[in-house]
Amino acid sequence: MTISRRGFITSTAAASAMAAPMLRAAGKPRVVVIGGGAGGATAARYIAKDSKGAIDVTLVEPTRSYYTCFFSNLYIGGFRSIDSIAHSYGTLASQYGINVVHDWAVGIDRDARTVILAGGAVLPYDRLVLSPGIDFVDGAVPGWDVTAQNKMPHAYKAGSQSELLAAQISAMPKGGVFALIAPPNPYRCPPGPYERVSMVAHKLRAENPTAKILVVDPKPKFSKQGLFEEGWQRHYGGMIERIGPDFGGDNVSVDPDAMTVSIDGSVEKVDACNVIPAMKAGRICDIAGITEGNWAPVSGHTMQSRLDENIHVLGDACAQGDMPKSGFSANSQAKVAAMAIRGALTGSKVFPAKFSNTCWSLIDTDDGVKVGASYQATDEKIAKVDGFVSQTGEDAALRKATYEESIGWYAGITADMFG
Amino acid sequence: MRHIVSKMIAVCGILWGITTVAAPFGDPDKGEVIFKKCISCHAVGTNARHKVGPQLNGIFGRKMGTADGYTRYSKGLIRAGRDGQIWDYDRLDAYLENPKSLVSDTRMNFRGIADENDRHHVIAYLRSFSDSPANIPEAAPTADAEEITLPANILSLIGDPEYGEYLGSECKTCHQENGADQGIPSITGWPERDFVIAMHAYKEKIRAHPVMQMMAGRLSNEEIAALAAYFAKK
Repeated sequence: MTISRRGFITSTAAASAMAAPMLRAAGKPRVVVIGGGAGGATAARYIAKDSKGAIDVTLVEPTRSYYTCFFSNLYIGGFRSIDSIAHSYGTLASQYGINVVHDWAVGIDRDARTVILAGGAVLPYDRLVLSPGIDFVDGAVPGWDVTAQNKMPHAYKAGSQSELLAAQISAMPKGGVFALIAPPNPYRCPPGPYERVSMVAHKLRAENPTAKILVVDPKPKFSKQGLFEEGWQRHYGGMIERIGPDFGGDNVSVDPDAMTVSIDGSVEKVDACNVIPAMKAGRICDIAGITEGNWAPVSGHTMQSRLDENIHVLGDACAQGDMPKSGFSANSQAKVAAMAIRGALTGSKVFPAKFSNTCWSLIDTDDGVKVGASYQATDEKIAKVDGFVSQTGEDAALRKATYEESIGWYAGITADMFG
Repeated sequence: MRHIVSKMIAVCGILWGITTVAAPFGDPDKGEVIFKKCISCHAVGTNARHKVGPQLNGIFGRKMGTADGYTRYSKGLIRAGRDGQIWDYDRLDAYLENPKSLVSDTRMNFRGIADENDRHHVIAYLRSFSDSPANIPEAAPTADAEEITLPANILSLIGDPEYGEYLGSECKTCHQENGADQGIPSITGWPERDFVIAMHAYKEKIRAHPVMQMMAGRLSNEEIAALAAYFAKK
């Protein structure tokens, strides 16, 4: 952090200190959390639960039913119902006393420390938690923008987009072509596009076995590559073709009206197309003015924004160092932030930050793999300590156990988020 | 010789009235070897005590979910006992093959023994601890067998439950706070000693699971004690 930034924050804090007594009329410190996913819901729940009513917690989330992005690929593959990945915020309100507001945050006044909602309400805060997930970079895939998402879904925010993509895959003609445009690094859920390819292949093998899958990828390498490629060969031999940057996978555009994909100038007609564009922090981070480039830099010790110490940024939206952008990471970061916020607002004990992540992926029925690591905070970043990854050639029993473990994890993390 | 007699007792006394097909005889000596899979959670033999799971002396003929002084039974096991179900050869066999198929909410996180002969060996071994007490001293006591031998200074550490609560928040991403087991085992309410031994067994890579080896690998002795203290009270 530079001297001038520190100065800026100090003067901001001094200016808002005058307004603070009015804002804190109720006498309780206030935390506003924007975004009710793996980062925000977990942070709200832990702050409310562990402060035992000493902190007033408001959670701002536009949707009443939250569809987890993790396991939405399993819905596409037919392993889960869409309802089984939907969650409500009722328990957070009724059991934890969290003020759940279903609205969009459209403005943040960092000097006054207030959040402005689309409905017009103004929420004062002592600490603000931003966990908005991702938005897409404009123009990342030429020819595609969000107005084309019904013709070429991203399905990278789960719910109606996932249902749309599954329906389009089912509607493909016999022997048709499904294309997936993979994103460049960094992006939400590194194995996600490749688990999706596996799940689409699983679905097509049953419904449309002569169909083809074309993966257009700007990256030379991807997460769990060896495991996925081994699995694709074993389960879906010949169905999946991946075009990496060496064959023009980094030079792609689409025409959603014509349903074509142009790869390095060569035009392919496709029957369903999943465009996963380059990503950036959810737009509220830009509005708050706490991004540098596409993401919001944070300190790993507390998850505080490097640009405003009253704001903590969690999950996909933050730039923190070595952790992948995943629901597990966001949940892990939320606990560190919750502890730091309680410490700052109520004087509770603060312990050194520890983080972990594991990403399970399903390749085919009972063929689960995983990758994970543990992390610690340094002054510079969140740094990887140790890690592991499933091995190629593992026996069927271990793969089945890994899949069953992922089901247990889903039950665990959703209970940890939503109570 | 004792084993042959006990096998005969098992077949005649337990199976005769239940099935006309004689179950294959198990070999208690082989069963003792296979039972090493079970000893991180179950003790049997002289001075056996409850660990993560109940001690198994006298399990034959016992009502399900009723071992004296054991408090971590799932609702399903307690209900089965209340309904009068007892641990007989067939139920033990089914339970060992796939615990959740017999008791869907069981907290016994065990994949099961697929090999029928192996199950019969284990049952024969357990059977040898379910006779009159006179039979028990003949078998080597396993009550003290543990996966890893820890020095007294580690086992005697008093954990700080408040620190354990923070550290434990990391566990709860997978292990549910309410003790439910839906694919990832319950870790609440364990005796502290067993928790400490299990975590050190992961840390030393004696237990195989890679996520747990990683999680335990970076915990200090004090941190493991803190977690044990916290989860023991959940």
